[in-house]
Amino acid sequence: MTLLYSEVEDELRAAVRGLLADRCPPAAVLKRIESDPHDLDLWKTLAGEIGVAGLLIPEELGGAGASASEVAVVLEELGRAVAPVPFFTSSVLATQALLPTGDALLGELAEGRKTAALAVSFAASPYRPQRGSSVRIEDGRLSGTVTGVAGADVADVLLVPVDGDLYAAEGAAVEVVPSLDLTRPVATVTFEGTEARRVGACDLAGVLRSGVALLASEQLGVAEWCLDTTLAYVKERHQFARPVGSFQAIKHRLADLWLDVVRARAAARNAVADPSPLSVAVAQSWNAAVAVHAAEEALQLHGGIGMTWEHPVHLYLKRAKSAEIALGTPGDHREALASLAGVPGPE
Amino acid sequence: MNEAEIKERVAAFLAEHDPSGDRLEFLRARFDAGLAWVWFPEGLGGLGVARELQQVVERELAGTPQINTGVQGIGLGMAAPTILAFGTEEQKRRFLRPLWTGEEIWCQLFSEPGAGSDLATLATRAVRDSDEWVVDGQKVWTSGAHHSRWGILVTRTDPDVPKHRGMTYFVCDMHAPGVEVRPLRQITGEAEFNEVFLTGVRLSDDLRLGEVGDGWRVAQTTLMNERVAIGGAPVRRGGGMVGPVLDAWHAHPELRTHDLHQRLLALWVEAEVTRLSGARLREQLVAGQPGPEGSGMKLSFAKLNQALSGFEVEFERDLGYDDWTFRRSEDVDFYGRGPGYRYLRAKGNSIEGGTSEILRNIIAERVLGLPSEPRVDKDVPWKDLPR
Ligand SMILES: Cc1cc2nc3c(=O)[nH]c(=O)nc-3n(C[C@H](O)[C@H](O)[C@H](O)COP(=O)(O)OP(=O)(O)OC[C@H]3O[C@@H](n4cnc5c(N)ncnc54)[C@H](O)[C@@H]3O)c2cc1C
Repeated sequence: MTLLYSEVEDELRAAVRGLLADRCPPAAVLKRIESDPHDLDLWKTLAGEIGVAGLLIPEELGGAGASASEVAVVLEELGRAVAPVPFFTSSVLATQALLPTGDALLGELAEGRKTAALAVSFAASPYRPQRGSSVRIEDGRLSGTVTGVAGADVADVLLVPVDGDLYAAEGAAVEVVPSLDLTRPVATVTFEGTEARRVGACDLAGVLRSGVALLASEQLGVAEWCLDTTLAYVKERHQFARPVGSFQAIKHRLADLWLDVVRARAAARNAVADPSPLSVAVAQSWNAAVAVHAAEEALQLHGGIGMTWEHPVHLYLKRAKSAEIALGTPGDHREALASLAGVPGPE
Repeated sequence: MNEAEIKERVAAFLAEHDPSGDRLEFLRARFDAGLAWVWFPEGLGGLGVARELQQVVERELAGTPQINTGVQGIGLGMAAPTILAFGTEEQKRRFLRPLWTGEEIWCQLFSEPGAGSDLATLATRAVRDSDEWVVDGQKVWTSGAHHSRWGILVTRTDPDVPKHRGMTYFVCDMHAPGVEVRPLRQITGEAEFNEVFLTGVRLSDDLRLGEVGDGWRVAQTTLMNERVAIGGAPVRRGGGMVGPVLDAWHAHPELRTHDLHQRLLALWVEAEVTRLSGARLREQLVAGQPGPEGSGMKLSFAKLNQALSGFEVEFERDLGYDDWTFRRSEDVDFYGRGPGYRYLRAKGNSIEGGTSEILRNIIAERVLGLPSEPRVDKDVPWKDLPR
């Protein structure tokens, strides 16, 4: 087991980063977030040319048969760019749910011809997978609502877990609500006797846990962008006839932030190398908080400009703060560690 | 060499040397077999193979006599890598074997009353006298000087050039006439470190490490290794300072509160991610020398030890202390004795081996590339610096 990146992963990273630098600079993300946040052209290129949509899908089902650690590298890059594409929601969460069923839909997802979303609240967690959902099934028809579903607005297919089974549904009512994270909006999904096809069994907590393991890498990417961008800024920006980055009060904060990010990288790598419930809970409780802290530091150290709509740092803050809540808060994951790590609470 | 081959080596070694025999003989033989630190060259206690194979050796030799790392921490962590990098063949052969076996203990004569964080201002003079050097000055906070046979020593040999350029590095004979060691009592009650007075100490030129005037560069090697040695040692999950805290937590369910539980879980996570990034750093380091990244490990180690040891005292609600007797400590032990001791001793972790502030400066400037502080003393000859 290694915590380093392989050569293949470095190459994949370079390809994704290159494309995103070209097609998805923060200015471009900023421009579209209020009208149509999702960049589906970019998604087509990512899926079609680099093949990211099928990374987790085995070759015999039309995918690339790659491992979680390659997916993690893609997520780091997408996090760095707060790229508004449905990779995490479709190619990670929905795909993980679908994989054990071997359903033919996987082939379509792999090619990027269709995208799916898991009709589960983004605020649910492996410890409370049902949070936010009141969906029932009767005679092959779904009814009820799920709040806070990420990726639903661009999904062709909704995958709905109910009582240990997974159903595929099209044509539910998807209502996008104003979301804190503009680059990954959430929606309320309502089923009113919607026709659904049973796809197979679903271990929802397990699916969410694999999602958690990988979300830590996206959070790492968010934190890295914030650190790098802030470093560049404080080297350039002068006050009192010196770069502000030469003041020790700033240097020490950035040194501490760097150390937090270094540890987030180790935690993210460990969560993909060993996706045990313990490693995953460690990674998420640490990385979620580091991403938020990095974005908050970035905002503060940019001074007034950090507070403006024009500067992209708010995109990162919003992504970080939303992702901190997604799939379990740091506190939820720490609480789980009480039994996972043998640190029992008061009796 | 791979894992299987190194295992064979160890097996062959064990077939010839009985671990239950004489302890010192066994350790010497282990050194001679190249199984002391396998990444060192052959003939110097190693086999010139990848550093990661050391773990295999340690596992295979786990039940055999071990070297005392508590008393020889400076020798192993700082002196040895510096001698390896800058020593002559003769120096390496002379010093490394008895260092590793613990027959000769080492200390570090760097800090002075007037030169701590700014080590390069040090004033201890070494003046050349044909093929000897005469050393005069005072060192301070010298851990373990009272049982050391040798010290690594930085001196000023040229006061007329700027401070970083006029320094020379030596191996100091702690038994030489003119070396006087006086205990300094610490906040724990005991004396782990000392003042060392050097008066007309004569050191032959073959005790010089590196070139005359190159002492700062040699010292950098020592300091970088020091940071990795202090913060970068492998620990198992739940090991290090978390260990005694968890033991106490398990032993006293009646003292647990919800607030303490939340805080302990957060510290547990921090300890775990720190452990993982240490493992990652070691993977990166396998071949190379430690870089400025090592400072991060020392920084997090200090922070964690202090938070955890403070937590433990609070958790146990124990207003007592184990033992204030003034004594000379045998070795450096961050974890031994009671929680009160651990709490007090951990305060040194953010001072010894470079303060946390200095480590943050190093990270900011050398890892993150941030501009340095305005340096008023850069081009001023040492002798003209304000003091
Ligand atoms: C337990 C222990 C064992 C030790 N063992 C040894 C040993 O074996 N051998 C040896 O040579 N030394 C040893 N030391 C000494 C140690 O290396 C020094 O104490 C340390 O480098 C700090 O120097 P100082 O004590 O002179 O503090 P100072 O340098 O005077 O620092 C005082 C305060 O100012 C801060 N400060 C200083 N410069 C800056 C700056 N540029 N920016 C921001 N803040 C700054 C420091 O961080 C500190 O908080 C030991 C120290 C301890 C506590």
